Amino acid sequence: MLEETGPEWLSEEVKTGTTIIAIEFNGGVVLGSDSRVSAGDSVVNRVMNKLSPLHDKIYCALSGSAADAQTIAEMVNYQLHVHSLEIDEDPQVRSAATLVFATLNGLLTRQPFAVGGSGSSYVYGFVDAEYRKGMNKEECQQFVVNTLSLAMNRDGSSGGVAYIVSIDEHGTEEKVILGNDLPTFFDQ
Amino acid sequence: MSSIGTGYDLSASTFSPDGRVFQVEYAMKAVENSSTAIAIRCKDGVVFGVEKLVLSKLYEQGSNKRIFNIDRHVGMAVAGLLADARSLSEVAREEASSFRSNYGHDIPLKHLSDRVAMYVHAYTLYSAVRPFGCRKNTKQAAKTEIEKLQMKEMTCREIVKEVAKIIYIVHDEVKDKAFELELSWVGEVTNGRHELVPKDVREEAEKYAKDSLEEEDDSDEDNM
Repeated sequence: MLEETGPEWLSEEVKTGTTIIAIEFNGGVVLGSDSRVSAGDSVVNRVMNKLSPLHDKIYCALSGSAADAQTIAEMVNYQLHVHSLEIDEDPQVRSAATLVFATLNGLLTRQPFAVGGSGSSYVYGFVDAEYRKGMNKEECQQFVVNTLSLAMNRDGSSGGVAYIVSIDEHGTEEKVILGNDLPTFFDQ
Repeated sequence: MSSIGTGYDLSASTFSPDGRVFQVEYAMKAVENSSTAIAIRCKDGVVFGVEKLVLSKLYEQGSNKRIFNIDRHVGMAVAGLLADARSLSEVAREEASSFRSNYGHDIPLKHLSDRVAMYVHAYTLYSAVRPFGCRKNTKQAAKTEIEKLQMKEMTCREIVKEVAKIIYIVHDEVKDKAFELELSWVGEVTNGRHELVPKDVREEAEKYAKDSLEEEDDSDEDNM
């Protein structure tokens, strides 16, 4: 007799499905994410903030295994804290990236914008077509919100609310945009 | 001031009855007896100069360097026991290299010198090892000459010549005959890399130094 394994969602790894995006402008960056955490077909958290602080002005967008991503973000947050005390300065973004890279390996590069997570596949066409050089902070924020909205609409593993983090010389600003305040497009 | 430290000088964790730590004093003596090393910060960089005494005619030119490259943007000039200096330069190199590996950028100089200082301090603290016999040295004559310069307004190229002149001034012809002048610089002129000064610049600096000394000798004679 075969043993009963129970429903899949009990044994499957908890993933963050996810759509994440980051874009730099002259003077700062804007990061955005959705808020859905799924275990198989079940949504186990519909309001998770996937934009994790590594330092006051350095944030990290998480995707993949929820536990692994959060753990790495917390580890690097600690390491950067000690590092900034030792050098008596704010840490560089490059250092944050190198610390993550040291754990995960992979590609470390700098580019004007990046998208990630399962929802990103649905919006590559949109971001490639709509991205322009020289956007200011507000335009970047709108770009991020539009992208997230489109991805969350099409990707089953992305949804909930949109979290936006904007970082510039004046500081860090965290915003939430609730589901019904997101921009709507064709088919909505 | 010299005392025999018999019995109280075997380790750096021993005080003598009058409160002196002889091992540390011995280390400082090693530096005082060494030849001069100077570093001058100018408008657009830093210049190192070392009066490297040539102890034997059998040494090849350029051997026993006293200026070390620690990282592409960091140099180290030493006074004192050269063997200890070499060992410390390895420590500094490893610190700079592992910092770059972990954090992805050049090590800030203050952080590097903190780390090397902690290492040297550890060697002074622990009784199983002896203190390093090297440190920043300031011979009075060199200090006086340096104070005369307007360093903030001068560029690296100008300072190189002044550094050469100072080394020639503090060199004691009677006590030590032959010496080699080691010069290095780092700054805008080298795009941020620490390098030994190129041969033509060094020769120009030495010529300036020798000419200045002759002028001063001449003017001394006139005053007689």
